[in-house]
Amino acid sequence: MPADSIFSAAVSGVVKNMIECKNIVKTYQTGLISASVLKGVSFTVENGEFVAIMGPSGSGKSTLMHIVGLLDIPTSGEYRLDQKDVSKLNDDELADIRKNKIGFVFQSFNLLKRTTVLRNVMLPLVYAGIRSGEREMIAMKSLEHAGLDKQYYNYFANQLSGGQIQRVAIARALVNNPSLILADEPTGNLDTKTGEVVLNTFQKLNENQNRTIILITHEREVAEYAGRIITIRDGLIVEDSQNNKRRSGFYK
Amino acid sequence: MLLTDLMQETYFALMANKARSGLTILGIVIGIGSVIAMVSIGQGTAGSITSSIESLGSNLLMVMPGFQRGVGQQVSTGRGNAQTLTLEDAKAIKGLLKVVDVAPQNFNQAQITAKGTNTNTQINGVTESYATVRSVQVLNGTFITALHNSSKAKVAVLGPTTAEDLFGEGVDPVGQTIRIKGLDFKVIGVTVKKGGSGMSNADDAVYVPLSTAQQYIAGNTRVSTISIQGESQEALEQLEADVTALLMTRHKITDEEKIDFMIMNQADIAASASSIAGTLTILLASIAGISLLVGGIGIMNMMLTTVTERTKEIGLRKAIGAKKKDISVQFLSEAVALTFVGGIAGVALGWLASLAVAKFGGIATTVSIPAVLTAFGVSAAIGIIFGYYPARRAAKLNPIDALRYE
Repeated sequence: MPADSIFSAAVSGVVKNMIECKNIVKTYQTGLISASVLKGVSFTVENGEFVAIMGPSGSGKSTLMHIVGLLDIPTSGEYRLDQKDVSKLNDDELADIRKNKIGFVFQSFNLLKRTTVLRNVMLPLVYAGIRSGEREMIAMKSLEHAGLDKQYYNYFANQLSGGQIQRVAIARALVNNPSLILADEPTGNLDTKTGEVVLNTFQKLNENQNRTIILITHEREVAEYAGRIITIRDGLIVEDSQNNKRRSGFYK
Repeated sequence: MLLTDLMQETYFALMANKARSGLTILGIVIGIGSVIAMVSIGQGTAGSITSSIESLGSNLLMVMPGFQRGVGQQVSTGRGNAQTLTLEDAKAIKGLLKVVDVAPQNFNQAQITAKGTNTNTQINGVTESYATVRSVQVLNGTFITALHNSSKAKVAVLGPTTAEDLFGEGVDPVGQTIRIKGLDFKVIGVTVKKGGSGMSNADDAVYVPLSTAQQYIAGNTRVSTISIQGESQEALEQLEADVTALLMTRHKITDEEKIDFMIMNQADIAASASSIAGTLTILLASIAGISLLVGGIGIMNMMLTTVTERTKEIGLRKAIGAKKKDISVQFLSEAVALTFVGGIAGVALGWLASLAVAKFGGIATTVSIPAVLTAFGVSAAIGIIFGYYPARRAAKLNPIDALRYE
C-alpha cells in the first residue's frame, strides 16, 4: 500500500491512527562518512494494535523504535503521533510526550541498580509530579500487574533475577498509564519460559486494556506473538503483514 | 519534580558513594574552615591593636620634642632629643579651647631596687592629670597628686608588672619603700593592669611626681611628652592645628619647616595600625581562599566523574520523561548539597580552630558573624558555579547516546 493512501485514510478519520510515519530518513554523520540507517520508512499503526518490528541487527529497527519513541528525531520525513506532528519538537517538548504517552521496556532493562524496586517503578511518576502517597499506590498496582511478588518490592534492583528485573521494567513502563508501549528485544536476555511469560503479559495488556504495543525483535518466534509483523531490512520496510496465527504458548 | 523528591534523590546519590562524597566535602570543610579561622585571627589581631592604642587614653594628642637644630645648622640629633618642651608649654596648651586636660611627663630609664630584688624600667615623672588623660586607674592606694608635685615628694606608684617583679605575686607593696638612684621612694599605689606589650608597656612602669623626677632623677626641667585630651575625636584635628600655632609662637618659630616638636594624633595611629591589620586579614583570607577554590575544583571533578558514571542513568531518566531542567537541577543540587554540608562543617571547624588558636596560641581571635555568613555564601556559590558545568553537561546529553553509553 503506498504511503499516501494510508495518510488520506487517517485524515478522513475512518480509522484513528496512533502512529503515522511518512518517508522517515535517519542519517548519522560521523566525520566525513555519513551512514543512512533508515532510507524512507512509511507506515501507520492504529490505536490498540500489537505490532512487531522484525529485522536482523543493523537493519535500522532500533533506530526506528527510538524515533517512534521520541528518543531521537528523524533527519527528514514526517512523524505524527496522535495526529500531532512531532518531528520538529525540541528536547523538552519531546520529554513531555514521552512522560505522558510512552512506556519503554529496554533490552538492557536500565533499572537504577542501587535503588529499590518500588522507587524504580515510581521514577516516571516523580517526573510527572505526582504526590508521593499516590505514587506508591500506583507503582504497587503496576508491579502487581506485571506479576512481581510483593516480597521483592523493597529489594534493590541488582538483587533480582533476570525475569524479575524484566517484570520491574514492564511495571515501570506501565506506571504512567501510557497509550503506547515500546519494547526493545524484551526477551533478549531471558530464558524461553520467562520470555514467554513476558510476551503473554504484553498480549494481555494489548487485548484487555487496548494498549498499543510495538515490539522490536530479531526473532520470528517472538514476532509471532504480535498481531502484525513489519519486517525491515537495510533501512527499508520489506514486508508488512497481519499475523492471523498469534502465538501464545511455548515457542519451539 | 517536587522538592522533597529532589532532596531524596540527592541524598541517595551522595550516599551511594560515601567515601567520594566525604572526601569532596572535606575539601570544602578545610577551605571554609581556614577562611573563617584566618579571618578571625586577622580581625582579632586588628582588634587587639586597636584596643591597645585606645588604652593609651581617649581623644589623645601627644606632643613630643622634634629635632634639635641650632641656628643655621643642619645636623640633627634625632627625633625626641630636643629639650624644647617645658611645663609652661603644657600650661599654655591647657588654656586652649576644647582641651579637657593636659598631662606633661618625662621619661627616665633607671634601676630600681627593693629589699633584695631589683628591676630596670621606665620611670615616668607625671602630674595628677596623667591619670585621667592617659586613663590610668589605681587598684590599691592613690595616684600622684598635685600636692606631691608641689612638695617634690618622694612617692611612687607602681605598674602591676613592676610591683610583681619587685615584691612578688599577690603582695601589696603599698607602704613599702623602693630605691631609685639611691633615693628612697614610698610606694603609695599600684595601677590596674592594662595589657599591651613592648616599648610602651603601661604595666611595667613607675610613676613619680614630675617635679621630683626633674630634680632628682633627670636633673633637668625637660618635659618629654605632653599628652592632651581633647573634647572629642572630631575636635582633635583643629586642636592639632591650634597646638602647633601656639607652640610655634611660644618657641618663636615662624618657618613650619623648622618646627622643634611633633604632634601625634591617636586617631591617625589607630587608622594606620588598623590598615596594617586589614592588610594582614586580606592576606590571610586570600591564602585560605585558595584552599576554598581547590575545594571547589574538587567538587567539579567529582561531579564530572559522577555525570560520566551515570550517563546511562541520565539517558533512562530522560527516556521516561525527565526534562533538561530536571536533570541539571538534580546534579546541581548534588553539588550544592556537598558544599552546604561542607560549609556547615567548615564553619564549625573554623570556629573551633580560632578558639584553639586563642587558647593555645595566645593570639586574640574574633569570629565575626559577617565572615561566617560570607564564607557560607561563598561555599553555596562554589557549589553552584562548580556544579553548573557538570550539570549542564548532563542535561545536554542526547537520551539515545546516553542510553547506549557503556
